[in-house]
Amino acid sequence: MEHINWGLVDWSRAQFALTALYHWIFVPLTLGLSFMLAIMESIYVKTGDEKWLKIEKFWLKLFGINFAIGVATGIILEFEFGTNWSNYSWFVGDIFGAPLAIEGIMAFFMESTFVAIMFFGWNKISKKAHLWATWLTAIGTNLSALWILTANAWMQNPVGMKFNPDTMRNEMYDFWEVLFNPVGVNKFIHTITSAYTYSALFVIAVSAYLILKNKNKAYAKYSMLVAAVFGFVSIIATITTGDGSAKQVAKYQPMKLAAMEGLYQGQKGAPLITIGTPTVRNNKNLIESMNDDIRGNNQMEVRVKGIEIPYGLSYLAFSDPDAFVPGVKDLVEGNAEEGIPSYQERIKNGKIAIAALSDYKKLKKEGNEEEALKKLDIFKQHYKDFGYGYFDDDNINELIPPVALTFLSFHAMVALGGWFLLFFVLIYFAIMKNNIDKKKWLLRLGVIGLPLGLLAQEMGWITAEAGRQPWVIQDIMPSMVAVSHIETYNVIITFALFFIVFTGLLIAEIKIMTTEIKKGFNN
Amino acid sequence: MILKKIWRFYYEGFRDMTPRGKKLWLIIFIKLFVMFAVLKYFFFPDILKTNFKNDQERIQHIEKELIITNAKN
Repeated sequence: MEHINWGLVDWSRAQFALTALYHWIFVPLTLGLSFMLAIMESIYVKTGDEKWLKIEKFWLKLFGINFAIGVATGIILEFEFGTNWSNYSWFVGDIFGAPLAIEGIMAFFMESTFVAIMFFGWNKISKKAHLWATWLTAIGTNLSALWILTANAWMQNPVGMKFNPDTMRNEMYDFWEVLFNPVGVNKFIHTITSAYTYSALFVIAVSAYLILKNKNKAYAKYSMLVAAVFGFVSIIATITTGDGSAKQVAKYQPMKLAAMEGLYQGQKGAPLITIGTPTVRNNKNLIESMNDDIRGNNQMEVRVKGIEIPYGLSYLAFSDPDAFVPGVKDLVEGNAEEGIPSYQERIKNGKIAIAALSDYKKLKKEGNEEEALKKLDIFKQHYKDFGYGYFDDDNINELIPPVALTFLSFHAMVALGGWFLLFFVLIYFAIMKNNIDKKKWLLRLGVIGLPLGLLAQEMGWITAEAGRQPWVIQDIMPSMVAVSHIETYNVIITFALFFIVFTGLLIAEIKIMTTEIKKGFNN
Repeated sequence: MILKKIWRFYYEGFRDMTPRGKKLWLIIFIKLFVMFAVLKYFFFPDILKTNFKNDQERIQHIEKELIITNAKN
């Protein structure tokens, strides 16, 4: 595989990761805060109590700041598709194009119309009409997320499509199969409810800060109460769909599950690691092993030591405590007893598919339709392993995701999710007992909850995206094939530019936001 | 009539905007300018649209990429 420019592949991946992670700083707050605004405004319209209007307007102001800074940051990702990932863009064409086109139209019409009414409509339209606009903004922003996540889910589990060798691209034959992709349904609910959780943490953090500063305590407490209830319901939904996601991963991306749990050797009744660290050969430390891990040097030797829940992983993955969960070794070397083919076999199948495609194209050009169709048949039979054909027996490690990174991200996300569940309960009872002012420790934890919430969000993305490496389309297209052959230094330059632009936007957001928060509800 | 109402709604909304709102709009415009007029124009050409004239050429390029360039082994 000497012909692969790994520097280019890694920088392109790093650039996409950087822009996606930055984009995701702004998005979850828009998704969740829009619904909390709708809830607060509903209380105001229902009760007619002016304090809820004041509360609503304060959070609307913060929503507006986040919306303004974050809007259109996702467009950068589309630029990257065309420049850095042109092979991929062509290959997936119609499947990615349709959901993104719907997203673009929907986001433009729904968000731009109803967001404007939210901000400009006070005293110009009726209370109920304004409330409708607020609810429709929330629904619109969340529907935008649906289309993006549908496209992402297709990459994890490509359904509803057919590869056309004549156009060299995938074409959609069943839109509904793409939309109701089981991976997509779970991913959508898991992602948006985790965004709601983060937004609830944001409202609690700001409110806790104001209470600690002895400012607008009553308004802050009412806001906290809404956030605690909203956050509790959201985290329950996040945990439930997280369980569903794990089952989907076990079914469609078993290597990702093995990496998430650092499971080297598969077993029946596999335990679930609660707290643990990955270790590698030669007694390297974690950072060294993660560095090696990312470049595919050490994964075969990664093991995890920690506290285990017996049978936990088998139950989590297959709802059966005795089920066999394949480990990294089983997937790479195969396990005849469990009917798992080895990667060597899959590489062989992939190479047959690539050769058959090549022959089909040649025969078609020569006008030999009959032989071409025979080759096409061979190609179709082996297409499910198409992407493996780009690997070699001696580069099998490249087919394993960065285990340490995936393991740590997954476990950090799960641990934080568990803490948030408890935290929302603590906040709720402290407010109901009217003693939250005295619990300074809880208020301080409330402020810390904001960066922890963001961390959990980003860890979730790292688990999902690093864990599926090397695939951009599961089993069909690896990232090294998806990437455009452009100069590496171009990618490095744009990486640096994005870093500067996004960091500037983030600083602007934090600065404007903190200024407005310090003013409190009175402004 | 409806269009006039819509126009007035947006016009008055922007006119009565707070200084903070105006600052945010400025950030949005600067951001969009940097994204489209600088990044997209100078750094992010659509490779397939720029380098190839028609879909047939693009198909041949992808064919080469998938069958030859990346599958040398």
